[in-house]
Amino acid sequence: MARVVQSKVAVVSTVFFVCLHFACCNNGRRVGDALETEFSGFSVPLEHSFEVDDVAKFQVRGALLLKPGREPGVSLSQNPLSDEDRTKLKEVAAVDGLYRIRVPRVFLQADRQTERQMEGYLTAFVRACAMVESHLSDVIALHTDVSGYLIGVSIVTLPGACRGTEVEDEVDLEIFNTTLSIMAPVNAPGPETAFFLERMEQESEKKGKNPQEQKSFIAKYWYLILGGAIFLMVTNSAQPPAGGGREQS
Amino acid sequence: RAAAAMAKLILLWLKCIILYNAVDAVFEDQVGKFDWRQQYVGKVRFSHFDTHVQSSKKVLVATENNVFAALNTRTGELFWRHVDKSGPEGNIDALLHHGQDAILVVGNGRLLRSWDVNVGGLNWEIVLDSGSFQKACLVGQQGTVKHVAVLEKNIISLHYLSNGHQKWIENLPDSETVDYQTVYSGGNGEVYALGIVPHSHIVIIAYSTDDGEIIKQISVEAPWLSNIVASCAVIGQGVLICVDSATPSLYMYNLNPNMDDLQMTQIPLQSLGLEVAPDFQPVLVSHQPNSAHQPLSEFFLQLGPDNFLLLQFNNGQIVTLRDFKPVRKLFSIFLFHIQKHYINLFSAETGRRLLDTTLIFVMDPNGGKPEKIYIQPFLKKDDSVGYRAMVQTEDHTLTFIQQPGRVMWTREEALSDVVTMEMVDLPLTGTQAELEGEFGKKADGLMSMVFKRLSSQLILLQAWISHLWKLFYDARKPRSQVKNEVTIENLSRDEFNLQKMMVMVTASGKLFGIDSKTGSILWRHYLNDVPSNAAFKLMVQRTTAHFPHPPQCTLLIKDKDTGLTTLHVFNPIFGKKSHVTPPALPQPILQSLLLPLMDQDYAKVLLLVDDQYKVSAFPSTKNVLQQLQEMASSIFFYLVDSSQGRLSGYRLRTDLSTEQIWEVVIPMEIQRIVSVKGKRPNEHVHSQGRVMGDRSVLYKYLNPNLLAVVTESTDTHQERSFVGIILIDGVTGRIIHEAVQRKARGPVHIVHSENWVVYEYWSTKSRRNEFSVIELYEGMELYNSTVFSSLDRPHAPQVLQQSYIFPSAISTMEATLTEKGITSRHLLIGLPSGGILSLPKMFLDPRRPEIVSEQSREENLIPYAPELMIRTEWFINYNQSISRVRGIHTSPSGLESTCLVVAYGLDIYQTRVYPSKQFDVLKDDYDYMLISSVLLALFFATMISKRLAEVKLLNRAWR
Repeated sequence: MARVVQSKVAVVSTVFFVCLHFACCNNGRRVGDALETEFSGFSVPLEHSFEVDDVAKFQVRGALLLKPGREPGVSLSQNPLSDEDRTKLKEVAAVDGLYRIRVPRVFLQADRQTERQMEGYLTAFVRACAMVESHLSDVIALHTDVSGYLIGVSIVTLPGACRGTEVEDEVDLEIFNTTLSIMAPVNAPGPETAFFLERMEQESEKKGKNPQEQKSFIAKYWYLILGGAIFLMVTNSAQPPAGGGREQS
Repeated sequence: RAAAAMAKLILLWLKCIILYNAVDAVFEDQVGKFDWRQQYVGKVRFSHFDTHVQSSKKVLVATENNVFAALNTRTGELFWRHVDKSGPEGNIDALLHHGQDAILVVGNGRLLRSWDVNVGGLNWEIVLDSGSFQKACLVGQQGTVKHVAVLEKNIISLHYLSNGHQKWIENLPDSETVDYQTVYSGGNGEVYALGIVPHSHIVIIAYSTDDGEIIKQISVEAPWLSNIVASCAVIGQGVLICVDSATPSLYMYNLNPNMDDLQMTQIPLQSLGLEVAPDFQPVLVSHQPNSAHQPLSEFFLQLGPDNFLLLQFNNGQIVTLRDFKPVRKLFSIFLFHIQKHYINLFSAETGRRLLDTTLIFVMDPNGGKPEKIYIQPFLKKDDSVGYRAMVQTEDHTLTFIQQPGRVMWTREEALSDVVTMEMVDLPLTGTQAELEGEFGKKADGLMSMVFKRLSSQLILLQAWISHLWKLFYDARKPRSQVKNEVTIENLSRDEFNLQKMMVMVTASGKLFGIDSKTGSILWRHYLNDVPSNAAFKLMVQRTTAHFPHPPQCTLLIKDKDTGLTTLHVFNPIFGKKSHVTPPALPQPILQSLLLPLMDQDYAKVLLLVDDQYKVSAFPSTKNVLQQLQEMASSIFFYLVDSSQGRLSGYRLRTDLSTEQIWEVVIPMEIQRIVSVKGKRPNEHVHSQGRVMGDRSVLYKYLNPNLLAVVTESTDTHQERSFVGIILIDGVTGRIIHEAVQRKARGPVHIVHSENWVVYEYWSTKSRRNEFSVIELYEGMELYNSTVFSSLDRPHAPQVLQQSYIFPSAISTMEATLTEKGITSRHLLIGLPSGGILSLPKMFLDPRRPEIVSEQSREENLIPYAPELMIRTEWFINYNQSISRVRGIHTSPSGLESTCLVVAYGLDIYQTRVYPSKQFDVLKDDYDYMLISSVLLALFFATMISKRLAEVKLLNRAWR
């Protein structure tokens, strides 16, 4: 019994796979070819997968156009979600499945196409319900290392929460609203010695200008100390009359 | 008078300053009150008893940890200790002992040192050609030892014992082909270098002690021999005797230069009526009691794993003196053997057992088997032979035994190599547990609850009265008689949970339970089947809080090569193996994680992920599996494959299989992953944000799943090398922050806690150690203040970073930890000098302003200064230096202000630190009398004044 059901599911999903693959491949190639000549960049596929049984089957979502160079740039051209995919995404969201994306590992700074592509993929995920509830507005970030290898990809949706709100309108799930960025590592700061020394110099200069500051403790407050001493002396010498005064009152 | 008053004022002011500055440090009378240190030497490699004076109480030990020390044979304490460089540079190759001098060859023949045994001072040290040390021996002449000979691969040299000067040095002939393995001197003016061409011949060269002239050089056919050291020995009047297992027979050759044999004399073992055990390489053991004289003509021949023979060489004949057939193990040439747990002394000349020399040796059932034994024989007053024995067991323990079997002392040298540790709360006393149990039990009716409450109150009252009685009883006794010894029976938690059980795991596979207050070892347990390259992970599955269930610790032992893992489950308070049977793990284990889930017996669930990415749970009861199924979709874990630079995340499925959900690959060509550090699971953060100068709040980014990944560049050129820090969310694989510290290299030490990461690296550009701190903030408002979910934090945090110069290299680093996280944090930094520095985290704050403003002053931020000072009062271990500190463990106590610290390396040091001073403790010298008398006085004053006021009112009314 169980086996029969399983095989049915498998058949259905392969059908989906075939038709989608066909459509996307067409688009991806066309977009990639057109842009490669213009920006001297190169394109890699951005693939996604969302399945009710959570077994990843990646299909092309769009094409990432990567521009190598000192400040790498990236742009994305993607196709709208088909009707079948929309319903499937909603189904996956209903069972709290995952929406995964993947990009191939690439080396941005290589000159030739053959050197760019490397074995393996970088994957990331977001909950499918978050994808649905945010109406397909996601933020994808690509991270490179120091020398331009792509090391990771991350995806979040805005808003990120799953509140269980129903998305009625099918149109909301058609077009991706993607914010894309590529990030290289930040240079961590070293100890700021130069600035500190400069400030110290300034301060010592300031002190030099203001002779009041340079005086020693006694030189600065001699009048207070003297006053205190006089006060003490006066109180000491004035004690007998003070005692007499108390008697009088 | 004015001047005097002024002086007083200034003095007071000075006092204030001094007091203020000295608060961090320990007062002299507090030394040793809250802290203790234990010094170790490590596994003994060479040992000699100091016998040149009859009354000497020293035993010299040279250890595998490159330590040379003298122990007191009466108490086992250290007389003195010298710790050399760790690693092969300080490796002790040989220890020779003569009279007052101990000669050490260090660092594969790099240094020759002579130590004065009495005081542990260095007599002299000379540098040799390093890298090819073979053997050293003392050279005697006419009854006195004046020289030491050092044999290296191609050189033999002779040095004066008195000052280390070289007497002569000679190149060994044909050193490319001949492998010179040993050097021998029989005390007759010649030094023999013995070399071998394997499976061909032995080369024997005799040098004159006086000028290094070659007296005789001869090569003897020995096609059956491959290694001199393993199968030959020199006995009697310079007779080289070798054993061959193939024939099987003994071969003899007289080294005496007057003899000119070209062949070795073969004596088949059959002719002696002996037989070698199958597949056993026979071993010869000889003994030279004094280097100025020739060796004994008696020697041992081992023919099987438990078959020893005492043979005598007499006028070219070999005679069997005694057959020690049932002997388990024979240790050295001192003629004794261990038979089960007995040590007997035998006469070498006759092979007869000496009377009254049996020593009964009771082995610790929780220890290892004996490995080596060192005997100190002496003549008693009635001329009979007495002896003491130092037994070294597999678990690196030294036990010193006196006849007839009294253990004088034991030293647990396994503690010199602590790998990991945990601190476990001590159990409650019976009464405390009773009270706790009352709340734990289910309510069953009003009346029974009332009775239960009354009975527990009665028990408490009874305990209090008995406590009072004990106090009263003890008070009458003189103070010295009141013993407060901690034993395993009277262990109980103190008022503020300051006393804990330190469970220490050592590299040798021995576990220890140590009382944190006194440092006494309360239990020990040796695991015999631990592989030598094992990695350990210690987890507390159940604490002592769940009475009557016993506390439970699980030690995960993983063979680093095969990945095969075993679990050892035990009670951390008593050290006993638990009756809970751990699951058999046939597959290599990749990852283990302790979940906050508990089974019905309050044991936390341990998940083990094997190399098929299948998950098994321990304990795996029905209850646990059901809970796991419910929780499965929210259990995530990550794996790190540093050999491929791959970090991947997985999610648990309901059928306990896993699915990969994210993957980050850091190319190996550029950088390699050095360490991955998460946060400590038992860490509490009290405040969610920091109040700024303008009274707004900057919220911290407190992601409990955040991982700090440290990478180092594969390019080590000082201009191009870098250290990378990547902060990754362990659930979603999202890279939160990626930073590169250029012109830097490791070793990187890192601490990751709260919302900050502190790391230390070596700056190749400026050639100095630098600290860097990264802090993460969510910003001025929180995204979701009630709960943190990695799946729902779309906004990236603000990252602040600042770096500082640190004037010293560091060995290890850890952050203090307190119960509720209210106390400010300090970093505990172990320095190579042996100090432990408590550096306030306040100094490592990326918000330290470069230009001081009103707001930063309001916030109490210290103005930025590029250098972090080391203040001497920050050392928490004052003069108790800790050699080669490798790790620091921090643990919260019941007092919020107090954090327990254990530093371990070669030594172990335990203390308490108070990062925000002792704000919740009254001082030791708090004046209770004053405060109570003031209170009383005020009370009476109000009573009286009230009365007076009444009278006055009454009087006025009458007027």
